[in-house]
Amino acid sequence: MASEEQRILEEVDKKNRAEIERLKGVHVIKTLKQYARGYWKHAVLAWVLCVVEVGCEIAIPFLAQFIINYINMMEGTVTFTDPMSTNLALTSSIMATLAVISATCGIVAGFAAAKASAGFGKNLRQAMFYKIQTFSFANIDKFSTASLVTRLTTDVTNVQFAVQMILRLVVRAPLMIIFAFSMAVSISWQLSLVFVAVVPLLAFVLFFIAIKVHPTFVKVFNAYDDLNASVEENLNGIRVVKSFGRESFETEKFGHVSYFIYKNFVHAEKILAFNDPSMHLAVYACMIVIAFFGARMIVSTGNAQTGFTEGNLTSLISYIMQIMMSLMMISMGFVMIIISRNSAERISEVLIEEPSLKNKENPIMEVPNGQVDFESVGFRYNAKSEKEVLENINVHIPSGSVVGIIGGTGSSKSSFVNLIARLYDVSRGAVKVGGNDVRDYDLHALRDSVAVVLQKNVLFSGTVRSNLLWGNKDATDEEIKHAAKLACADEFIERMPKGYDSPIEQGGTNVSGGQRQRLCIARALLKSPKILILDDSTSAVDTHTDSLIRASFKTEIPNVTKFIVSQRVLSIKDADLILVFDKGQIVGMGKNDDLIKTCPIYKELHETQLGGGDFDE
Amino acid sequence: MNKRPKLDFKTTMSLFFRLLGRMFRGHPVMFLLCIPTIIVGVAVQSIGALFIGQILINQFIEPSIAAGRSPDQIVGVVNLFGNAIEVSLLTAVLAMASLYLLGVVCVFLYRVMACIVGQSAQMGIRNELFEKMESLPLKYFDTRIHGDIMSVYTNDVDTLRELTSRVLPTVVQMLFAMLIALITMISTGSWPLLLVVLGFFVVILTTITIVTKQSSKYFIAQQRILGQTNGYIEEMISGQKVVKVFNHEEENKEGFDKLNESLCKNVTKSSQFSSILGPITNNLSNLMYVVLASVGAAGISAGIDGLSIGTIVSFLSLGRSFIMPIAQLASQINMIIVAMAGAQRIFAMIDETPETDQGYVSLVNAKKGPDGQPVEVEEKTGLWAWKHPHTDGSGTTYTWLAGKITMDHVDFGYNKEKIVLHDVSLYAKPGQKVAFVGPTGAGKTTITNLLNRFYDIEDGKIRFDDININKIKKKDLRRAMGMVLQDTNLFTATVRENIRYGNPDATDEEVENAAKLANADGFIRMLPEGYDTVLRSAGADLSQGQRQLLSIARAACANPPVLILDEATSSIDSRTEKIVAKGMDAIMEGRTVFVIAHRLSTIQNSNVIIVLENGHVSEKGNHEQLLAAKGKYYQLYTGGKQ
Repeated sequence: MASEEQRILEEVDKKNRAEIERLKGVHVIKTLKQYARGYWKHAVLAWVLCVVEVGCEIAIPFLAQFIINYINMMEGTVTFTDPMSTNLALTSSIMATLAVISATCGIVAGFAAAKASAGFGKNLRQAMFYKIQTFSFANIDKFSTASLVTRLTTDVTNVQFAVQMILRLVVRAPLMIIFAFSMAVSISWQLSLVFVAVVPLLAFVLFFIAIKVHPTFVKVFNAYDDLNASVEENLNGIRVVKSFGRESFETEKFGHVSYFIYKNFVHAEKILAFNDPSMHLAVYACMIVIAFFGARMIVSTGNAQTGFTEGNLTSLISYIMQIMMSLMMISMGFVMIIISRNSAERISEVLIEEPSLKNKENPIMEVPNGQVDFESVGFRYNAKSEKEVLENINVHIPSGSVVGIIGGTGSSKSSFVNLIARLYDVSRGAVKVGGNDVRDYDLHALRDSVAVVLQKNVLFSGTVRSNLLWGNKDATDEEIKHAAKLACADEFIERMPKGYDSPIEQGGTNVSGGQRQRLCIARALLKSPKILILDDSTSAVDTHTDSLIRASFKTEIPNVTKFIVSQRVLSIKDADLILVFDKGQIVGMGKNDDLIKTCPIYKELHETQLGGGDFDE
Repeated sequence: MNKRPKLDFKTTMSLFFRLLGRMFRGHPVMFLLCIPTIIVGVAVQSIGALFIGQILINQFIEPSIAAGRSPDQIVGVVNLFGNAIEVSLLTAVLAMASLYLLGVVCVFLYRVMACIVGQSAQMGIRNELFEKMESLPLKYFDTRIHGDIMSVYTNDVDTLRELTSRVLPTVVQMLFAMLIALITMISTGSWPLLLVVLGFFVVILTTITIVTKQSSKYFIAQQRILGQTNGYIEEMISGQKVVKVFNHEEENKEGFDKLNESLCKNVTKSSQFSSILGPITNNLSNLMYVVLASVGAAGISAGIDGLSIGTIVSFLSLGRSFIMPIAQLASQINMIIVAMAGAQRIFAMIDETPETDQGYVSLVNAKKGPDGQPVEVEEKTGLWAWKHPHTDGSGTTYTWLAGKITMDHVDFGYNKEKIVLHDVSLYAKPGQKVAFVGPTGAGKTTITNLLNRFYDIEDGKIRFDDININKIKKKDLRRAMGMVLQDTNLFTATVRENIRYGNPDATDEEVENAAKLANADGFIRMLPEGYDTVLRSAGADLSQGQRQLLSIARAACANPPVLILDEATSSIDSRTEKIVAKGMDAIMEGRTVFVIAHRLSTIQNSNVIIVLENGHVSEKGNHEQLLAAKGKYYQLYTGGKQ
């Protein structure tokens, strides 16, 4: 019996796979197109100006031709009153004006195009980042951090670059080709037939290259994820690498990833290397054919003005060159599109991922109290796994109780508390907070009332204050100090050189383990929750401080329901209710004194830790 | 990567040549072969244009018309190696076709070689970056956001891709075309017109310089902010679960939007600046055309020597072929600049000073000599000795690796302003267990970081088996010490490979024994593929306690003479810990152990307990002595007992 969340997840997965399959065509454009919002006007402006620019660029060689003719005709008698001189001056100034217009249009078009492509990239990054913010824990588990980072940066850069290319190409290249081709036809439609033969052939080759090269790029970008993961892992574990002296091993391991990228990139580029030569081949073939037949045509008419002339031949060749330049541009754009196609698909994967936890319609916006009930709860992380990590859990916890949770490593203590804040959905049964099913609450409202200090504590780069403000961004200095005091963190914070404004480095590596845990507790306290969950959050705090923290909880926040997951009997033995977990089940429930009598596992734990069990760190 | 370097001409050039040097070193033959292939490719292209314009018309068509030949009889005279040969049109065209074919082949070869040279340079750079990263001191990592460093490997190295595959060939092609045009222009000897062309050349170069200076500012900023954004994304996404728990999504979006906005601004500016170069240079060349025509016409009417209608006409096209390549080059210049901005960040990291290691004392396999002294041997004996070649020339001595550690009046601070440890002295005999106790932040972890030289001390001395640890090769020093930290840091690999991490030669049996000692064997066998289960994302699927058991197994497998346990068992339940401790006791028989823990059972049987407060040693002794002294330890102990 799969839970709602898992059903959704599976459905989403199926839908995504179908969607991704569908996306493998041109449809990926559709998904991404909407993120161009706000920038269409820039794109259109760029295109319009581009038409003007191309117009000037086409007109200028004409005028240049006239200038040459005028100069040729000036032969011998040159004075400034000569009509040829006037013509020359007139044409020259028109040409100069056109050059200025062309430059202006080009510049403005460039500005608009840059704005549009950069804005598109911005929208894509924002859409993805926002989407990730809606992900549930199960969604987060699905994508690796490294992969998301690549998608948000490298992949977006690729797409952005392709868009920039497309913006330039989409008007310019076809216009140039159409113009050059129609000029060629007007000169000699017979000789222009050669284009008709060559261009489709060329298009076929380019298309074939694109199809061949795509799978390789898919591999390359997946390898980018591995590359990022490898670097990230080493950055996090640099102490372990160094203390075991495995630097060269890691470097070698990285070398494999790096070589894989190299191999596939070279493979892809070798295929792409056919691009330019086939382009050249096509153009040269045209030139040869035109040279051969053109020469014959000229000779047959004796270079008469009525027939095909030498001048015609030269122009024809220059139009070929123009078509070639445009084709080159298209080919470059083509390569960019091929590269970015995979990136676009990877971006779409994130954008179409549906969060597996959703608010009900008309959710309850307020958690009335800190009462917690588990009713026949069963839970597994993956619908496919046979064994449930929690089996048939039934427990009633009145508001304001202190609940101690203890049990062996891997006995599902964390899974149990994670269900209270609806970090995952149950597979069967129901978890109720304040008498209502957690699935009936607004997620934000629920999590505002249920503060969890996760086992894996994370502090963020910033200052002590900026980290604490995560709990409540409007907290006053007094509130911050009060929370720190409750978590017994005030003393060491004030000893730090800049107090609450002392810097915290990524992951909180510049404070000790115990200090980190206390900051995390203070951060959670600032939320003024109705339920507080400490998931093994004082393991690095000395027992004395630990007991001080518990004592302050008792006096300062008596009405908050507190869940304390711990390895220490000492931390939980005074709890109102102690839950003893073993292999996903509650095997003992009651107060310390009762459990010593009734629960053998608890009794053993108690005895092994007897005599204080714990000592300072 | 926090510096804000400028990209002036000198640094650009030196970065550029460093890159070229790298490409050359990777594949010298291919690199050199690239030059002739590209030149042939470009030359064929230029000759192709000449063929129609000059040879075909002047040598074939005109004479044939003059001679009144029919289209099938067209012949021309071609000058080949000083011999005038008469060839038919078909022959000439076929000859041209084969020349074109050669050009095409050369272009293809060039593209293939350039991609190999370029990609292997990128691979080399990535590998070197990684190797450098592994060698950097911990201080480097303390102050940097991980995602920013990751960005160098991807975003910055990627900028080189376009450089090698597209930009460099274009540059060569353009320079070549300009050279041909320049030589032809000089050969005409029309100095006034040449001056006009050169004048425009200077104007265009100046424009490019000015624009480039502006755009390079934005390109550098772009790569830097890309790194920052990468950093933000990496940090927030890896902490996403905390974000969810704190409903911090909106604030996160705000923070992200700020970076994204500034990235967008810089991307827009940089590509705007680089996109204006094309139209400007292009149309400057059009203006030059007009000026050339006017100057030429004026010159002729003024009767200046060396000016003829013919030279003006040819200058009009020559000047274009000289200037146009610059315009094309200008449109690619953004790729060069962005690549240089990337290269700058790459080389900044490659040029970081690595952890210095002036150690010369090394760890060698040894066996017992006749007098009980160690004798160095090649094979594995399970016994180790320090090989100490004395600098004063008194030969090499060998000392048994025993695990004696002394700290003498050690002062230390992570930065100069704030000293964390004051005058710490301690002494551990081989095989002794030393425990550090004291409040959070007293400097316990710091001491262990000094023993294996993650950081270097400010003052005082640390000795390992009476050898100053500064004299010991870092790798050997660290091999002699095993560390089990609270942060477990497992790697993406199988469980087996993770356990074998500190001792790559360990057999499967040794791995499993280590796991059994750490009491990890049980849960490992429950994993889908047992020891061959691949751990992903630092073992995210395991519980914190299970990760710690694996990290203990890892240290057990490495089997070092000295062991440092820093909160190694904090997330393991005490029942399991007891079993682990039994196994640990067995393997630590006769080894020196430093332990930071808060469980009494772990501490009270230590030989020496050191109480640290605010970086000072306040008490020292064994459990009974310290209890009797009724000092801080007594307080902590009774506090713990309650």
